[in-house]
Amino acid sequence: MSSNPTLAIGGLPANLDADILLELKETADKLCSPGKGFLAADESAGPWLRAGHSEAKKVPDNAENRAAYRSVCFTTPGLSANISGVILHTETLYQENADGVALVDLIKGQGMIPGIKLDKGYAKDKGLAGTKIGPLGHQETFCRGIDDLQKRAADAYARGARFAKWRNVLQIDPAQGLPSDLAIQEACTNLARYAAICQSERLVPIVEPEIVPNGNHDIFACAAATERVLAAQFKALSDANVYLEGCVLKPNMVKNGLEGPQATSEEIATLTVQALKRTVPPAVPGIFFLSGEMPLDMDNEEAASINLSTMNAMFPNLPWHLSFSFGKALQKTTIVTWAKGVNAGDDVAATNAAAQKALLNRSAANSQAVLGKYVAGSCASVGTDGNIVQAAGPY
Amino acid sequence: MKLLILALLPLLASSLTTPFKAELKKTAEQLIRPGYGLLACDESTGTVGARLEGIGVENTYENRATWRELLFTTPNLNKHISGCILFEETLFQDGAVSGKPHVTVLNENGIVPGIKVDMGLKPLIGGGPGETWCSGLDGLFERATDYYKQGARFAKWRTAVRIDTAQGLPTNLAVEEAAHGLARYARICQEAGLVPIVEPEVLIDGTHSIEETAKVQERFITLVYQKMEASGCYLEGTLLKPSMTVSGVDCPNKPKPAEIAQMTVQTLQRCIPPAMPGVTFLSGGISEEDASIYLNEINKIDRKGPWALTFSFSRAQQSSCIKVWGGKKENVEAAQKQLLARTQANSEASKGAYVPGSQPSDEESLYVKDYVY
Repeated sequence: MSSNPTLAIGGLPANLDADILLELKETADKLCSPGKGFLAADESAGPWLRAGHSEAKKVPDNAENRAAYRSVCFTTPGLSANISGVILHTETLYQENADGVALVDLIKGQGMIPGIKLDKGYAKDKGLAGTKIGPLGHQETFCRGIDDLQKRAADAYARGARFAKWRNVLQIDPAQGLPSDLAIQEACTNLARYAAICQSERLVPIVEPEIVPNGNHDIFACAAATERVLAAQFKALSDANVYLEGCVLKPNMVKNGLEGPQATSEEIATLTVQALKRTVPPAVPGIFFLSGEMPLDMDNEEAASINLSTMNAMFPNLPWHLSFSFGKALQKTTIVTWAKGVNAGDDVAATNAAAQKALLNRSAANSQAVLGKYVAGSCASVGTDGNIVQAAGPY
Repeated sequence: MKLLILALLPLLASSLTTPFKAELKKTAEQLIRPGYGLLACDESTGTVGARLEGIGVENTYENRATWRELLFTTPNLNKHISGCILFEETLFQDGAVSGKPHVTVLNENGIVPGIKVDMGLKPLIGGGPGETWCSGLDGLFERATDYYKQGARFAKWRTAVRIDTAQGLPTNLAVEEAAHGLARYARICQEAGLVPIVEPEVLIDGTHSIEETAKVQERFITLVYQKMEASGCYLEGTLLKPSMTVSGVDCPNKPKPAEIAQMTVQTLQRCIPPAMPGVTFLSGGISEEDASIYLNEINKIDRKGPWALTFSFSRAQQSSCIKVWGGKKENVEAAQKQLLARTQANSEASKGAYVPGSQPSDEESLYVKDYVY
């Protein structure tokens, strides 16, 4: 379709100028480059705490270590062949490495686009009034951060971010009617509001309505919930005048509950793509899956790559880029490699190189998965040894 | 065995309980197969009567049977037309000349019979000036079951909203009501084995710009799909019959066909889930030639949306034909040739291969203010 600037205005939100719409579309298209996905590096605490590994949790969680670890990641040579965008926490957006170079500049210098997490999470002890307690152990939630979002979005753009992310959380419990209509409405309209504000500040919004896998439901319950949530999400985006061509989706894959009957990767692929086909308009340029919580006896990195690859192999002609936005599923082996070296006091350069190699390899594996070509087991992984429950706390 | 389970997975995953699921998908795909579209001839008795009277023919049961028989017995109609939408009377009617049931004629020619199931627009009390709601849900399941027994395999329900930005039209009430009615109709029809064609018309009456049309369509169609999901509709066994994205008929700015095509594709790509197999556009007052030209331009655009983009025209296929017939037996062959000329034009247009002006037509605009189906 030709991108005639005059026609770009028609039928579009009246509050955005044509040049903003064009910038959003260009950024979104770059983020959706063939074979590429996102490194979700926006963890609030040290990312190694999220790795759920006994070796990793020994590393002290402080700003210096977080900057050091992330600098290692962002300077991985060749990473931009597989990674189009890196999602950052606010701390990282304003951080410098030990040599005084802004981490944002490290990312840009490597040919990747910096993004910013803009939500402020939810309070577990203060959920939506009247909602039931779900498998996460708390009520259904609402996310904080809208009040000062306009300013934070503008500041992030000024600092170099070109896309943003906001995650809302929903739970499944069919017996109790979760996710409830109220929770879905709250999550979807909140995300739509965030998306519209971001676009007004030239940030491409990643819209993330995550339905967590906690629970003992089967894959069909997740399929039904996902279709219901995504249908509501796109209605909310339309109501809020969000420009779909300048926006991307970050959904969960359709899977069984953590304690539910285990589905195969073909079943996951089939039902996930079916749910997306039933709800995501072709105007959306890309869908970037979150990896999410997995059972302790599952290799998080391998499972995520295999599932994504199976989808792209089984369904090669989808109207949207189908890719990844992984945190722990990209970094687990990297983190463990780095943490072991740090804990053992090994030569820093050698530790860093080994960590970078692990990150490049897993990102290449996921790039292959976007093309439907990942071969299971072909990327080295720490596997499930040493798996522990990941640290709780804000994401 | 593994592949069989995978093939069955999508069938298991929906809330749809009907045993017709596989058949619905197959019929929908058959209706929108490449190069094919629909002939809509489901005008109610009053409306078709106005057309007959327009050529000096009395509105009688027999004359209506004669006219419809002319359409269905057109030689080679089945080269372009995959399905015909009928009015209830016609579904149970025999041809006046041959005495053969119309349904039999259609089936023998491989054309799927469809049935209009809505019972018309009524004033929307509490809505804005001139707004309507569409009736027909009461007893719909029973009627749909009877229609299936008679041979219908798809259905159609047409609801409409009008644009008047200064008066705040369409109101949320009108849009919600329209979308709700469509979703309920669709789910009920699927339960009875009929593929529902979902028709959310945006009327061309008015002075609104093409951009205003696009905005209203985005709001309306997105809501329709959310309500269909909430009703448990099986999207893969439905079709959509929207308006093309055009300006109001009295808008001073007349967009060119290429612009209409671009705006239509843009609007559809923002609203329609890829799972839905096909769009069969309504003509809604656009002339025969214009409808073919717009459809052609639409199909020339490189699009991401995988659905078929084809036609379901009534006036824009029958208008010249009925004039050529003029109610005279000796004109039947010429009238059928005229019909076939337009269906061929539209078949080519559905492939982006129509040469404007290469098929004959009456050039008069078909737009009739406050048209009643």
